Amino acid sequence: MATQPVGFFTDTTLCIGCKACEVACKEWNGLPNNPLEFRGSYDNTGQLDHANWRHVRFVEQAGTSQDKPIAWSMMSDVCKHCANASCLEVCPTDAIVRTEFDTVFIQQDVCNGCRDCISACPYGVIGFNSNTGTAQKCTFCYDRLQNHLKPACATACPTQSIKFGPLDEMRQTAAARLDTLHQQGVSQARIYGDKEYGGLHALFLLTDKPEAYKLPSTESAVLPSRNNIPGYLTATVTAVVAAVAGLIAFRRRGEAQP
Amino acid sequence: MTGEHFVVPPHWEWYILLYFFLAGISGGAFVIGTMLRLWGGPADAAASRLAFIVSFPLLLLCPILLTIDLGQPSRFWHMLVDVGSGTPVFKAYSPMSLGVWGLTLFGLFSFVMFLAAVGEGGYLRWRVLAGAGRLLGSALGKVFMVIGAIFGFFVAAYTGVLLAVSNQPVWSDTWTLGGLFLASGLSGAVATILLFSRGRRDAVVSDGKLMEADRYFIILELVLIALFLITLGGVVSKVLGGGWIILWLVVLIGTLVPLIAEWRPTMRRQVPPVVVPVLVLVGVLALRAVIIFSAQA
Repeated sequence: MATQPVGFFTDTTLCIGCKACEVACKEWNGLPNNPLEFRGSYDNTGQLDHANWRHVRFVEQAGTSQDKPIAWSMMSDVCKHCANASCLEVCPTDAIVRTEFDTVFIQQDVCNGCRDCISACPYGVIGFNSNTGTAQKCTFCYDRLQNHLKPACATACPTQSIKFGPLDEMRQTAAARLDTLHQQGVSQARIYGDKEYGGLHALFLLTDKPEAYKLPSTESAVLPSRNNIPGYLTATVTAVVAAVAGLIAFRRRGEAQP
Repeated sequence: MTGEHFVVPPHWEWYILLYFFLAGISGGAFVIGTMLRLWGGPADAAASRLAFIVSFPLLLLCPILLTIDLGQPSRFWHMLVDVGSGTPVFKAYSPMSLGVWGLTLFGLFSFVMFLAAVGEGGYLRWRVLAGAGRLLGSALGKVFMVIGAIFGFFVAAYTGVLLAVSNQPVWSDTWTLGGLFLASGLSGAVATILLFSRGRRDAVVSDGKLMEADRYFIILELVLIALFLITLGGVVSKVLGGGWIILWLVVLIGTLVPLIAEWRPTMRRQVPPVVVPVLVLVGVLALRAVIIFSAQA
């Protein structure tokens, strides 16, 4: 495999919630087990964090009839490896880098655990590992990519819900699948990730609005740096007003020169 | 822009709260020391010296707090030097990166002005300090302190921008935090100088001017608090709901009571002199606490 931009295409209509992707990810990357606890849902992983780099989200919604009181949508969530990545933008140590595969990677020997990336990630993907003192997330199985292997999650997925390949190919696959679903009358089907953050390296086929899957809408998918100029501008105006206030308060009043 | 957030909090807690508090006061104290020196009279020189002397020790605590808060404290230097190339790491659009450099450079200015203030005041009779003391009155010294004051403004304000440059609820939904933290830091700095001027006859003569300045800073802070709450839109319930209202009451007491007391000499005389500055400082801390913690709850 040449070093070209790679991507995932996760088709939620094919996901059966088996969590093989979660298990394969944990096994390959040596991630710890989750503590056993009842969360009131089959979604007992809860969220992406330092120990869960794949998370099969069980979206439980009201069903369409009394026979089907609950409707489930399942989505295997993962780091989106954004083209314009919020985490990479704010990282003060340059621990977060873009790899030769165009994915986003946290160098564990450089990260000092400041957690600025966690505050910036709009998808809540990155977690803090208190054992290593560093931020961690999906590496896109960087070690496997370097050895011409598919990421563990895509390899394990039994329904081909998670597809992996060159990013352009994934976009074409996603567009073709969308056409098929639309022709079949699934008009609510949509692709998430082709516009957000300059294009994600993890595309999703959704059958509901993004917010139902806890994904920000296209309009809300904005970079942290948007607040730099207004933030510093407000501070500058405040500084100028404060300086004028200081001039008024501290000015000499009939005192001699020093 | 306010929107939906599907994020996890960075768990910036007590060390960061204390850092934001001290950075605001340290930066603010340097700015006030500079303004007193530039625009005040000869009688204000002592208060100006006090401001510079207060600024540096408080600043010294800042990198300690920041380092302790890191997951890997021994890698604090990764903020300054690229591990791979050995070249400086500087990202202008990352407030944390900018802040680390701002803090480092402000430390240089604060340290020199600390020595100059100690030298001019004759607190330590070392020859080198006497030389540094002469810096305060010189034209070069004034240029130096103005540049330092720009860094002081930055250190007091950038912490608010740091919060805003994220995707966290509340923090990223407003553009006011940089200005708000600056105004409140200046008010806290005045309170700290007033506290340290107790019993110092040479410095206490500037108390009236300091209180007048504090009134303006508090008004500025109140305006920015109002703008902060307005700009939050629908997210405002996150900072006002639940038990957070108690912290907002502390903020209000820490602003309105000092504002009235500093405006009305009759009322000021009725309360012990340390009460008003302490109220201001508690309010400054509560403001940062409610903004830091409520967004992550």
